[in-house]
Amino acid sequence: MSKEWEPRIVAFFCTWCTYTAADLAGISRMTYAPNARIVRVMCSGRIDPQFVLKAFADGADGVLIGGCHPGDCHYQAGNYKALRRYTLLKRLITELGIEPERLRLEWISASEGDRVQKVMNEMAETIRKLGPLRLERPLSQPLPDTERGAVPLTVSGRGL
Amino acid sequence: MSKPKVGFYWCASCGGCEEAVVDLAEDVLKVVEAVDIVFWPVALDFKRSDVEAMKDGELAVCFVNGAIRTSEQEEMAELLRKKSQLLIAFGSCSHLGGIPGLANLWDRQAIFDYVYKEAPSVTNPEGVVPQEQTKLGSNGYALTLPSFRDSVRTLDQTVEVDYYLPGCPPPVKLIVNAVTAILENKLPPKGTVLAPDKALCEECPRKPTKPDKLALKELKRPHQTLIDPEKCLLAQGLLCLGPATRSGCGAPCVSANMPCTGCLGPTSRVKDYGAKALSAIASLIDSEDEKEIAALMEQIVDPVGTFYRYSLPASLLHRRVRSRQTRTGGASA
Repeated sequence: MSKEWEPRIVAFFCTWCTYTAADLAGISRMTYAPNARIVRVMCSGRIDPQFVLKAFADGADGVLIGGCHPGDCHYQAGNYKALRRYTLLKRLITELGIEPERLRLEWISASEGDRVQKVMNEMAETIRKLGPLRLERPLSQPLPDTERGAVPLTVSGRGL
Repeated sequence: MSKPKVGFYWCASCGGCEEAVVDLAEDVLKVVEAVDIVFWPVALDFKRSDVEAMKDGELAVCFVNGAIRTSEQEEMAELLRKKSQLLIAFGSCSHLGGIPGLANLWDRQAIFDYVYKEAPSVTNPEGVVPQEQTKLGSNGYALTLPSFRDSVRTLDQTVEVDYYLPGCPPPVKLIVNAVTAILENKLPPKGTVLAPDKALCEECPRKPTKPDKLALKELKRPHQTLIDPEKCLLAQGLLCLGPATRSGCGAPCVSANMPCTGCLGPTSRVKDYGAKALSAIASLIDSEDEKEIAALMEQIVDPVGTFYRYSLPASLLHRRVRSRQTRTGGASA
């Protein structure tokens, strides 16, 4: 593994629980691995499996999904929907050759700042052990920035 | 004025798309009346050199079916692109990769190893595999074969495509509409899939029996149950991809008690058919228990083959990731 490579993680956090917990971790001045770019969504049930595949396709080495604990969803059942999609998606990406550990779902409530710290550190460590995810693409498809060299992840114009 | 010239070509495909042209029945006469078919290897004796001799843009339209797997198919795609004003991806394989695209679960080496060496029906003690070039005898004459690429690609991953006719094969109605639109010069914006932009459920004959809220406690395969010929297939626990699939086919499979497998691909708002279809089905599962959900999902025997049956090369991931250790490793299962 090259020395410069750092795991890139895209974290989709629900605004009511996990994102608030990440805020709490920040306010509490907890330090944790800086490898994740957090995307705030209204609910983990909003996370389309396309978002996850798009993250992988555009250079993420791992994807973390954070939602409210079972029974705590702000919208009653969004997190169960996320769980069902995640369960099937994990099988799908495994068959497509992506290690299942690269996709992780965690229930983290708004008060669990320490849990954000722990999960972020664990995830970064897991991905570091797995190494970079290298996808192959058709010749006509442009390479994502990550394969051209270390360029910060930016919001690209060709979104979903 | 001479009639517009039309070509048909096939790449990695089964020939079903050519059949679809024949399925036009009497309508094919109207087509032949209006246009000159100048290139159609499956039916007419014109050669590649005839196409090479054409002026650029001499073909008004060329319909290309099949995915792109070999160097020859790439060359033909590029040649036909140059000679055609309109290049139309005809059928699932050239549109999304199709069934041949499922070979992207393996790479060239794994495919050659299995097909020429390991398959139970193969006897090949010397381990002979196809060569791209062979010298013959003393006169040194060389025979060549096209190169077999590592991945299957869609037509638009190879050359620029103007329109898409989806389906496996494209439904006759859509072909007629497309040909009419071309002849009358009433084409939608470039890049359009020439089919309605709604989900199949909208035109499904079983739609009246679809419950407002589907909640599945079991996922069945067609051979595991006696299918009610009237009732929504999803409501019967059959994995029907109608909610995620573009309409325009008239639901012949569903009418014949077979769940939709998604050959028309996604609607225009969806970038990755498999992910969206997976999302649609997973959302219908009626369980909030982690273990039960996992058990229910296990009933989907082959997730990639189910959700990406026609679209693996066009998916966001495009193909299976090779294992870092071996680089040759095909799917282990």
